[in-house]
Amino acid sequence: MTAKTDFVQIRHAQKSFGKLEVLKDISLTVERGQIVAIIGPSGSGKSTLLRAINDLDPLSGGEVWLDGVQVNKTLPHRQYEKHINEMRQQIGMVFQHFNLFPHMTALENVSMAPQMLKGLSDEAAAKLAEEQLDHVGMLEKVDAYPSQLSGGQKQRVAIARALAMSPKLMLFDEATSALDPELVDEVNAVMKKLAQEHMTMIIVTHEMDFAASVCDRVLFMDKGVVVEEGPPEVLFKNPTQQRTRDFLRKHLEGAK
Amino acid sequence: MGLDFSIIPDHLDVILLGCLWTIGITVAAAILSFFGGIIFAVMALYAPWFVRLPFRVVEWVFMGTPLLLQLFLIYFGLVQIGIDLPAFVAGVIGLGLHFAVYNSELIQTAILAVDKGQMEAARTVGLSRGQALRKVVIPQAVRAVIPPIGNNMIALLKDSALVSVIGVSELTLSAQRVIGSTYRPLEFYLLAAAFYYVINLCMEWVQRKIERHIALSR
Repeated sequence: MTAKTDFVQIRHAQKSFGKLEVLKDISLTVERGQIVAIIGPSGSGKSTLLRAINDLDPLSGGEVWLDGVQVNKTLPHRQYEKHINEMRQQIGMVFQHFNLFPHMTALENVSMAPQMLKGLSDEAAAKLAEEQLDHVGMLEKVDAYPSQLSGGQKQRVAIARALAMSPKLMLFDEATSALDPELVDEVNAVMKKLAQEHMTMIIVTHEMDFAASVCDRVLFMDKGVVVEEGPPEVLFKNPTQQRTRDFLRKHLEGAK
Repeated sequence: MGLDFSIIPDHLDVILLGCLWTIGITVAAAILSFFGGIIFAVMALYAPWFVRLPFRVVEWVFMGTPLLLQLFLIYFGLVQIGIDLPAFVAGVIGLGLHFAVYNSELIQTAILAVDKGQMEAARTVGLSRGQALRKVVIPQAVRAVIPPIGNNMIALLKDSALVSVIGVSELTLSAQRVIGSTYRPLEFYLLAAAFYYVINLCMEWVQRKIERHIALSR
């Protein structure tokens, strides 16, 4: 077992809602520092797969491993809760609709978890939060409430909130899909910055250009399976599967 | 004999003291009903059945029977099983729990109405379910129901007159006592009504302050 290739492993992931099978035996490996994009039509299971990684949507079968530890291991309820809370501290997640805490300032949004879970003092947590907000270019908005921020600003605070726990892995679930077009770039810029810092990232996205420019690998999912995967220049320019070609063509037409 | 308000100053001290008792019992019961409401709401939604079931019974008693009867039960009834509460304490408990049940109904609905993404985001950074409820979900739920809770608190103020029957010398009982010696019911009941109205206005003012304070953080 080499740490390099085993950083994130999804083994035979399977998930059903009743009779509907939304993930069909998916296996996937992500190396440390790699950036992987998952693309595909809505209903393809890409968000479900992403949300299975930190067990927000538990799998029906299969395993998820992070850095040599199984995330979704079988444990008695109480022990599992403790285990999953520890695992989630290592896995940052960014949502389509930001999910910032509206009753807290930007600073409190970021400082709350480290303060509660890592036992930081008020000052240390505030300092950490300021650093993280500075990192995403939001230092001047530390005292603003989410209702006073634009969508792009909210998402940058949400990224800072996730980074404040020093995660080993970041998950992005359509982080720019709910944003006005002119606000997308500021969030993409932050994600690019993380990429340059070699953060391991799994990104569910509709933005092919962004995926092509940032990601090491792209997975195309459809109907619960990974249809095709490869480096962006190969998958986008010379896809081997008909379904991938159809999806990319439709997407290009839609973008025009 | 017509209206003669010139008699009031001689007895104002008794009435003002009654006012203080009314404010005291209202504030104490309001605090109990607020925090009790949160605890009841969390229990009703998340406690295991063997906690939830007896709680349902308590809830039924407090919602389904007259407050006056509840006060009698707590003050006179409990003595029989060795629990002899001072009238003020019995009044605070009765009023507080009665309105805690009503507040709990509001807060339960509000908790269920908080966007699911809030719990998800809190769990994602590693908070336990309890921590997420305490720091993220409940504060938002409570903010959302501050206006209707305020209405409950004003109802509580008015219902605090009922504790006069268990002998707390609050505003209504003080007025009655003065009337007993002066035989001037119209003047002193009107005076008591005016004082209730003033306390009421103060409570509305506090409520508006709180609402303005949390307006941004919603």
